[in-house]
Amino acid sequence: MSYDVNGTSVEHDEEGYITNLADWTEDLANVIAKAEEVDMNEEHWEVVNFLRSYYEEYQIAPAVRVLIKAVKKTMGPEKGNNKYMYELFPYGPAKQACKIAGLPKPTGCV
Amino acid sequence: MDEKIKKFLYVNRKAPYGTIYALEALEVVLIGAAFDQDVSLAFLDDGVFQLVKNQKTDGIGVKNFSPTFRALGDYDVTKLFVEQESLDERGLTADDLQDIIYEDEDDDWAEKPSIRIVSRAEMADVMADQDVVLSF
Repeated sequence: MSYDVNGTSVEHDEEGYITNLADWTEDLANVIAKAEEVDMNEEHWEVVNFLRSYYEEYQIAPAVRVLIKAVKKTMGPEKGNNKYMYELFPYGPAKQACKIAGLPKPTGCV
Repeated sequence: MDEKIKKFLYVNRKAPYGTIYALEALEVVLIGAAFDQDVSLAFLDDGVFQLVKNQKTDGIGVKNFSPTFRALGDYDVTKLFVEQESLDERGLTADDLQDIIYEDEDDDWAEKPSIRIVSRAEMADVMADQDVVLSF
């Protein structure tokens, strides 16, 4: 299974998470987002970029409640809440945003 | 939700790499953290090497997962007991371990250290105080 990014194919698992984290590009993020029916705007990118830097620092994709808490801490309570995050990523902010960010499935998402 | 909160202790006795125990234990802790229990970690024997700072794993071709210990505070896991004697026996001191802090919600989000160095006798008390002890 793979995504097609401008003619090159990028492998992903049965749930749509990419196999090799180094394959990630912004173009790929847009392709995954389209498959997820997420229309990427500045707010989406803010969360995706936040997740990528969280992964860079801690080497894990955070569980949804941890993500929301961390967003609240760095971006403020008007963004760090369930309503805002689920409006951006209706199928789960951690699961969906991690997929678009090219990270593994969140640790602690049972 | 009037179910009793249980005290869980995850005991880490093995070096971080070479076997899968250390990484698996950490994953279990992160997954288990979703269940709102009272979670502590213990590091003894070669397990103390898991917390050593500046780990570099490029040469052995595996992921350096030691930064993940610093995310434990976000998961409300804030008690990491490290046995003094195990450090001594391996020529390590508290200064060789990475700084792991958490923010105390009940104290105006003050940053506090998660690592607590305890003696072997104190570690025995910590273990005796638990409802569930899981050994890795």
